[in-house]
Amino acid sequence: MASRDDIKFLSNPNIGSNRQKYCRFRKFGIRYIDYKDPDFLLQFVNEQGKILPRRITGNSLKYQRKVATAIKRCRHLAMMPYVTDLLK
Amino acid sequence: MRNHEVTFIVDPVLSGDEIKATAKTYNDMLVSGEATIVNTDEMGLRQLAYPIKKRTTGIYYCVEFTQKSPDLINKMELAMRRDERIMRFLTVALDKYGIKYNQDKRDGKIGKAKKKISKTAQAAKANEPAKKAAPKPAPKPVAAAPKPVPAPAPVAVAAKEEEE
Repeated sequence: MASRDDIKFLSNPNIGSNRQKYCRFRKFGIRYIDYKDPDFLLQFVNEQGKILPRRITGNSLKYQRKVATAIKRCRHLAMMPYVTDLLK
Repeated sequence: MRNHEVTFIVDPVLSGDEIKATAKTYNDMLVSGEATIVNTDEMGLRQLAYPIKKRTTGIYYCVEFTQKSPDLINKMELAMRRDERIMRFLTVALDKYGIKYNQDKRDGKIGKAKKKISKTAQAAKANEPAKKAAPKPAPKPVAAAPKPVPAPAPVAVAAKEEEE
């Protein structure tokens, strides 16, 4: 009889269970999003510089709005690109 | 009476004195308009994410002030629009959290708060220096030296390597 360690799965069993998303602004108590900090805002855009939706970032509506505004301001100041490729 | 913040990009082709004079013009304009300047942050020469007026770099200034008359901002923005030396500007009204954030940043408290967030994005930050170093062909000692934001260490290292 094989022990439990020997059991191999054909696919990764952790794939199906999705992680609980959370709003990092609420969790860490961040109240203000700086539009002059492109390194931070980079977490909320995809490789083409598009703003990621809430269902992926997990932000609450209030902070998603603030993130979006900050990214748009950042783009206006040429700290972040409007359109690009291979941003990350 | 509200706190505002104006960020503007000065043409990098000008000489050092002219750049300082440009920034001073607007500081003086604010002071003469009965505004109180809270802080002037010279962010230095930065690479632009996209070219503006065929320039790929710009000198960033950020002035935080408390104004009394709302006309002052209109007057200042009009002057900036007409000014050839200013490439881009943005005026923003700060809420109470924004004021506190700026104050904390000046006191150097923000670095700690930043780390908390970036725990989740450590991986993203780790591969950043490679990307950041690539599109900076010209050595820019000005940009590397007075960076007020606590930059992640690898970025600073990359900038130093460029200087050499």
